[in-house]
Amino acid sequence: MTMTAAVAETGIAYDPALVRADFPILSRHVRGRPLVYLDSAASAQKPRHVIDAERRLYEEEYANVHRGVHWLSQTATQRFEEAREAVRRFINAAEDREVVFVRGGTEGINLVAQSWGRTNLEEGDRILISTLEHHANIVPWHLLAAERGLEIEAIPIFDDGQIDMEAYRRLLDRPVKLVAFTQMSNALGIITPAAEMIRLAHEAGARVMLDSCQAISHGVMDVQALDCDFMVFSGHKIYGPTGIGVLYGKAELLEKMPPWQGGGEMINRVTMERSTFKGIPHRFEAGTPAIAQAVGLKAALDYVSALGLERIADHEAMLRQLAVERLSAIEGLSIMGTHPDAAAIVSFTMGGIHPHDVGTIVDHEGVAVRVGHHCAQPLMDHYDVAATVRASFALYNTADEIDALAAALEQTRTLFS
Amino acid sequence: MMDDLRELYQEVILDHGRNPRNCRHPDDHSHAAEGDNPMCGDRLSVYLKIDDDGTIQDAAFEGRGCAISIASASIMTEMLPGLKEADARHLFDCFHELVTGQDINGDAGNLDKLVVMSGVRNFPVRIKCATLAWHAMTAAMDGRSTATTE
Repeated sequence: MTMTAAVAETGIAYDPALVRADFPILSRHVRGRPLVYLDSAASAQKPRHVIDAERRLYEEEYANVHRGVHWLSQTATQRFEEAREAVRRFINAAEDREVVFVRGGTEGINLVAQSWGRTNLEEGDRILISTLEHHANIVPWHLLAAERGLEIEAIPIFDDGQIDMEAYRRLLDRPVKLVAFTQMSNALGIITPAAEMIRLAHEAGARVMLDSCQAISHGVMDVQALDCDFMVFSGHKIYGPTGIGVLYGKAELLEKMPPWQGGGEMINRVTMERSTFKGIPHRFEAGTPAIAQAVGLKAALDYVSALGLERIADHEAMLRQLAVERLSAIEGLSIMGTHPDAAAIVSFTMGGIHPHDVGTIVDHEGVAVRVGHHCAQPLMDHYDVAATVRASFALYNTADEIDALAAALEQTRTLFS
Repeated sequence: MMDDLRELYQEVILDHGRNPRNCRHPDDHSHAAEGDNPMCGDRLSVYLKIDDDGTIQDAAFEGRGCAISIASASIMTEMLPGLKEADARHLFDCFHELVTGQDINGDAGNLDKLVVMSGVRNFPVRIKCATLAWHAMTAAMDGRSTATTE
């Protein structure tokens, strides 16, 4: 029995020490000290289950997928499509064909911009994007806006990091075609009122692109309850491999969208003059897909499901609360994004000490945090900072690691005092 | 705290970081450029006053950045006045070799107080911080308005 199964099946209290044993990299040392990995919002570490699933596929069941008549190809195809079914279940989509495999969240958003956007948006149409967005949910719309003459407007936030819902309602008073926003800010950890925002968008006749790259690993995902039109997430942020991600789209929308990349796997018939295309989701999956990575993603989803998303979220909420308490006690430290609806991320500045200096110094204590603009420069502009320090928490982090972070930050302050 | 960290954050660097010299926007500059470090979003503007025979009369900067980039800009603007353009470019070459840990071609003496930046060589991700102002200086002399460390 694996550690995970032991935790899940016996119903004992959540013990990160047991969970940590599933993650080989967490036992290593960095700069002579035990690794304190507080950068899971950038990319989460991988449990042995994910690593083993990929290796097992390559060692026992690997071949190219689809159209193969030989046993290995059929088996690999079955594993690949089982992964799609696992994603469907995990996000509670109505049908497997609403799950499109992509390279990651970024590619999913670009797919929607290039395929749905080019088909449905024309000059003068308005798109709303929240101030919290990662560049991945801004730049694809900039590219499309430049090509099509679209109008992009920002949904403002309050200084506590939460969406200004009154301002959002006012923006919806004039016709809007699309609202693109994040379910959880990658820079601040703020959880947006996604269900309410989606309801309001639909009332105004707009479609919704929900960026769930951060939210996916911190709570139960239900695309039908949210009623989002499109949703993306990346495998590597939920303990899965890089190079695999998911675009969810309502079948009625995907069916009317043209392919965005051409090639093998996505056609029915090709002559020298023309091509006809497969149905969804394969129409959007040109070329050989990331087969082993899809299988690894299924292993990751099975893993977090076995632990339980609610229990993971409770554990991370405890870590965040502790971090807020410990960090608030450090002289000159200022936490950004103080709205209570937040998860797993604490973003802060330390007065005159630049985040890059903080990052270098705490790294010498083996503490890995992210410093910089977190690919959210409009948000940094809102707070008039160039950068912040971001500590992010995952299912394997411990209270001791929060102490290590606080101690390293105290050292930083001492050095600069 | 480990030794190479102390070497990086020497008291002189912390002092320049806290109290940067020549941090101003002179009205009578002849050359200016903005340096951008896309990795961290930091930006510095460098202002030079270069006379007709190519001698730098005054150097100043403003902007925001980490202790390393601000200290480097501060020390740079202290050293530039009196140098010919070609000497300033050569000084950047020597400084670049210093912070990237290459052998210095017998010019270590010219680096003068810049040698306090030598600790950067143990922190490759911070080289762009140390050279941000210098890239802006080069751009200003070349007549370009912006420089990037990328």
